[in-house]
Amino acid sequence: MRATMSTVDRDAGSLRAAFYATRPISRDNLVPEDPSLGLVAFSSPFDPEPSLAVEDGRVVELDGTPEADFDLIDEFVARHGIDVEVAPEAMALDTVAFARMLVDPAVPRAEVVRLAAGMTPAKIAKTLALLTSVEILQAIQKLRVRRTPSIQAHVTNRVDHPLLLAADAAAAVALGFRELETTVPVLRDAPSNALALLVGGQVAAAGALTQCSVEERTELELGLRGLTTYAETVSVYGTEQVFLDGDDTPWSKAFLASCYASRGLKMRFTSGSGAEALMGAAEGKSLLYLEARCIAVTRAAGSQGVQNGGIDGVNVTASVPGGMREVIAENLCVMLHDLESCSGNDTLMSSSDLRRVAHTLPLLLAGADFLFSGFGSIPAYDNAFGPSNLNAEDIDDYLVIQRDWGFEGALRARDDAELLALRRRAAEACRAVYEELELARFSDEDVDACVVAHGSLDVPELAPDLVPAIGERIMETGLTALDAVRALAARGYETEAERVLEMLRQRLLGDFLQTAAIFDEGMHVLSALTDPNDYAGPGTGYRMSAGRRAEVASVRQVWQRTDLLADQTAAAGCVRLAEVGPARSRVRPDEVVVGVSPAFAVEIWAALGGLTVAEVLRQVLAGIEEEGVASRIVRVGHSIDLGAIGWAAARLSGSGVSVGLQAKGTALIHRADLPPLANLELFSIAPRVTPELYRGLGRNAARFARGAAPEPLLLPESSEPLGPKYHARVVQLVALERRLVRPGDPVEVEAQWPA
Amino acid sequence: MAGLTYPLSDGSRESVSTTTGRRVADVTLAAVLAGEIGPADLRISPATLRLQAGFAEAGGNRQLAENLRRGAELTAFTDDELLAFYERLRPGRSTAAELEELAHSLDERGAGSCAGLVREACAAYLRRGLIEAE
Repeated sequence: MRATMSTVDRDAGSLRAAFYATRPISRDNLVPEDPSLGLVAFSSPFDPEPSLAVEDGRVVELDGTPEADFDLIDEFVARHGIDVEVAPEAMALDTVAFARMLVDPAVPRAEVVRLAAGMTPAKIAKTLALLTSVEILQAIQKLRVRRTPSIQAHVTNRVDHPLLLAADAAAAVALGFRELETTVPVLRDAPSNALALLVGGQVAAAGALTQCSVEERTELELGLRGLTTYAETVSVYGTEQVFLDGDDTPWSKAFLASCYASRGLKMRFTSGSGAEALMGAAEGKSLLYLEARCIAVTRAAGSQGVQNGGIDGVNVTASVPGGMREVIAENLCVMLHDLESCSGNDTLMSSSDLRRVAHTLPLLLAGADFLFSGFGSIPAYDNAFGPSNLNAEDIDDYLVIQRDWGFEGALRARDDAELLALRRRAAEACRAVYEELELARFSDEDVDACVVAHGSLDVPELAPDLVPAIGERIMETGLTALDAVRALAARGYETEAERVLEMLRQRLLGDFLQTAAIFDEGMHVLSALTDPNDYAGPGTGYRMSAGRRAEVASVRQVWQRTDLLADQTAAAGCVRLAEVGPARSRVRPDEVVVGVSPAFAVEIWAALGGLTVAEVLRQVLAGIEEEGVASRIVRVGHSIDLGAIGWAAARLSGSGVSVGLQAKGTALIHRADLPPLANLELFSIAPRVTPELYRGLGRNAARFARGAAPEPLLLPESSEPLGPKYHARVVQLVALERRLVRPGDPVEVEAQWPA
Repeated sequence: MAGLTYPLSDGSRESVSTTTGRRVADVTLAAVLAGEIGPADLRISPATLRLQAGFAEAGGNRQLAENLRRGAELTAFTDDELLAFYERLRPGRSTAAELEELAHSLDERGAGSCAGLVREACAAYLRRGLIEAE
């Protein structure tokens, strides 16, 4: 938008404000704190003061509420969630003193966890409210359960296409995801999705856990049949009303947890702040206090872990001041209870790219058992949970950010060819299983499209009733994971059959029922018991191996030296600068001397902007000629500094004026009476200099030479980031220049242009 | 199974059995393809769950251990029974008498911890007015 005096509306506000209104951040709706609606991150005036009374080993008062008035959550936490042996010591501990213990690397994790077990939700919420964001991250680094961070993917698509799910599951595992979560737009599709994920998830490597997030009863049934290997959507809430609205109680959830255990299935609860405010029943309590209650219920029920950190309510939490600090505080709260933290970051929290990355980055630096409870491994439009905070579109960015900071982001880059091969195997294996089990038949075209697809918009449509019919058939025939094993083996997929069977065998062993358990690709179980977080300050805790560091460093955007210099080879020989003797001094008063750098047309043949050095030189010389001024060329071999090159040439020029040229395209006009590092005009941003501008520079140099006024030269307006694109290349080009530096005086050269 | 150490997948596959008494090491692909393994052979045994409960308790998580022990009790029930029990514990599904009946049947089939959980739920539901006595 460009205003002239005649169009300015004096009442309309500034153009800057109008511009701000168009920014993505302006689409985010924020709210003032309102404790009455539960819209306060920490320390609502309605939060209770911490208190605990124990009589004969029985909790009779919890956070200001006497036993007779306990709601279901108080009651359940009082009966199961408080270590009454530790409680007197823990509750008597000064809150600030405990907060410092969380942060201090010299205080062992085990000691902090022991004390937290004797604390009430209000005590813990009050402690966490004292911490700054950096203190929270330091505490997370120490208190997360598993030493090795891991990551979960969302694998879904708009149409529940089984072959696409299988291909995407294989690709996700190839990238490093160790848990895959799917869900459905239509409940009847759930069994098909679970089966496709089970098969596809074991193609790229062994041991990825899979789940299908649906209504509790269906989710349990899929698990019982072995079609999923873990469950996560066992939701708990921080107020009684919302818990009941969710059609459960702490006891029914605890029973459900035991049902999963009875079949050897891994399970974690889900909470996450904001849910109670969204349901209009936050009782005026702060987001963190209610979340502390959820986590206390989770620990009390014996679930090994929690998915939290906003989750579906993250946009509520994000709308209040301090919301993002609250989100990492609730992740920390999980770890403080010695539970597996599956840390959210799974819901798009802003229209602003800056803001959504700012939400997720801090936790990545600190590390969690699962950095995401669903990184969208598929395009945002295919995410049946709704877009995640990061999606397939962002994976390359994520890998580069992982490389920048050196945190364990648990992902790795893979070649497209490798991914295509794995996607094909997964899609074909899935087709074979569906055929073998007489669930559906798919064409070669279906397979081919799913292999190369970015998302479901790239694959042929399925008959609308196909997937629900598959789901119903799976349920009616009592099909189990054992049938999938047989089908895979029958159709030649023995590796996958073995891997699916191994997941079933693991259910007999139960190792992955322990806290924070996952399998690595060698089927070693990493859990609280085999891979405990032993962070105790610098030099301790999780550190990447040299091999892993190399893997993290290897991203698609890395250019090898040969890649960076490829365009040099293409332009080689575009002009020859023949040395004809020592540089002459002041040959005529109406001349401009052009000084070129050591590697100009020797080893460097293309400037950064893509022009050949021949074109750069030709335009400068033509510009000088247009003004009726003579020119000569000298090579300045003793320096790569453009000021020094230009100044050396100026001192040889009869007019005192020169043009200095570095081979990468940086150019200036110099004059002998100026200090060496000054100039009359400078093109410092080589990639944006056009042939016309080089010609203009030549003209202006000639004008200075004959005492005329220069013409204004403006680089085209642009905010394109040039440093990220060119600086790595500049380092290579400057190294070439530096290698050719020789002491001695400038040399006269003659340009010989190829025919 | 005494003396086995965590993780069981690492060296104890010969010693750990399924509910049907089959050793985990014998659950091979060949056995599956020969039709020797059915869904019933793929159920974790109560003994294994108690072993894992012991590992959890030694690791400092008493509640996880209790959950795994309740899980051990529930291995005795069919999938349909579990789904039905869970349903009856949800809000407003049962009267106090029905929950007591559920607790009693759990007790009778060796699921004393689960029965205790149901009785505790029943008392809390009654006190909070969520259920009728009869």
